[in-house]
Amino acid sequence: MLILFLKTALLFGVLLTAIAYVVWVERRVLGVMQARLGPNRVGFGILATLPVVGRLFRFTKETRLFGLGQPIADGLKLFTKEGIEPAGVDPWTYRLAPILGLLPVFLGFAVVPIGPDVPVLGRIVTTQIADLPVGVIYLLAVGSLGSYSVVLAGWSSNSKFSFLGGLRAAAQMISYELPMGIAILTVVMLTGTLSLREIVAAQGDIWNLFRFPPFLILAFVISTICAVAEANRAPFDLPEAESELVGGFHTEYSGMKFALFFLAEYAHIFLGGSILAVLFLGGWNIPFIGTLAKVLPVLLNPWVYWILGVLSFALKVFAYVFFCIWLRATLPRFRYDQLMNFTWKVLTPLAAFNLLAVAVLGKLL
Amino acid sequence: MSRLLLSNVSPYWGPLLMLLGAVCVGLGAVVIGRFFRSSRPTREKLEPYECGNPAIGDTRGRFSVKFYSVAMLFLLFDAEALFLWPWAAQYHAEGLFFLFEALLFIVIVGIGYLYAWRKGAFEWR
Repeated sequence: MLILFLKTALLFGVLLTAIAYVVWVERRVLGVMQARLGPNRVGFGILATLPVVGRLFRFTKETRLFGLGQPIADGLKLFTKEGIEPAGVDPWTYRLAPILGLLPVFLGFAVVPIGPDVPVLGRIVTTQIADLPVGVIYLLAVGSLGSYSVVLAGWSSNSKFSFLGGLRAAAQMISYELPMGIAILTVVMLTGTLSLREIVAAQGDIWNLFRFPPFLILAFVISTICAVAEANRAPFDLPEAESELVGGFHTEYSGMKFALFFLAEYAHIFLGGSILAVLFLGGWNIPFIGTLAKVLPVLLNPWVYWILGVLSFALKVFAYVFFCIWLRATLPRFRYDQLMNFTWKVLTPLAAFNLLAVAVLGKLL
Repeated sequence: MSRLLLSNVSPYWGPLLMLLGAVCVGLGAVVIGRFFRSSRPTREKLEPYECGNPAIGDTRGRFSVKFYSVAMLFLLFDAEALFLWPWAAQYHAEGLFFLFEALLFIVIVGIGYLYAWRKGAFEWR
């Protein structure tokens, strides 16, 4: 129980820091992709103005550290911004919606295995908050709760833009949930378990992505598209299409309440990346570790192995996050009818045929 | 208390703790922020945003019935896909008969899907 508390606190710390910094990464990467610099000014010069210890940090005035102080400055700014609650909102629903938006994402992280087991003080500790026997179903169930916050935010805001944005977002999120579920079914069929921990363990020799080609690759592509769409990211960012809906469901939100929606959106990207990494890209498994360990046996030391495993997992998640940013810089936005037709008429039947093919060929071959 | 802290507990405590943590982060950010931020509402500031014009008409008015049908289709197909999860988890352990059962089920769902398509439920106009 104590270990569980510590793990939860640690996961929250890591996630919130990672989210703050991925916003900075996104702005820098988008800047570079658009031939400009992005935020590169804010450093930690404020440390040098501290009363007693300031002298130790005098060097921070000379270097700007690529703008690494930007997330902290942004956070402080959002924290002190005036929170406007427009006239005519439904007050409690309006206040509840941003908090409700955080819940499904963080609930989802509870079942994600982040690294190998590690011995601490004679106990074997898993690097996972909870290994539920129904992990995959749990993830999908929790994932579809996300549309509640969006609908409530849109409905309670008393603004037409919010209302339309909320409806659109909800319809989009539930529509892309379906092909994702069907595509993930193929992984469950191959591994024969719903526990994420066992799914990762089954990928020690070969990632699920490369098993049974080309069907699992197709399932991976479908899942990736759906993960991007469920996080409401470009090119599927219809719920907050600036050119038609201003801010979408969070048009009327400001200050910290807006920041919570922002947080949930970026946490959603991380969750999508984690799901894809666990189901298709081998989770925390390190490629070729068996061969490498013959040359360097130190790699099999539990702690070294743990660090490498966590790094391997983080690398896969960050590759997905970078892919999302890249998409945003590259692709224009879909039209709404294209978006809905794409999932109902293309992705869903494609995922279903993929499932059929894996089911039939898996038994015949 | 200390025995509870050191014991091994059901894995379902994990999601509960994450839930509590997320509520704390959300509530904490909003409530603590209240002490730091200014609040000087004016009438113009509190108006719902409509590109600077005074808002026209009822906000929560009628909207396209398409959204209802999408929600209904999702409920139908998602609930049907849910039946496949336990089947998929047992797929390797069972024989050909098990496969044909699922194929029959998928064909029935597929007929429903084709019916919805022919009725134009997937057309977004």
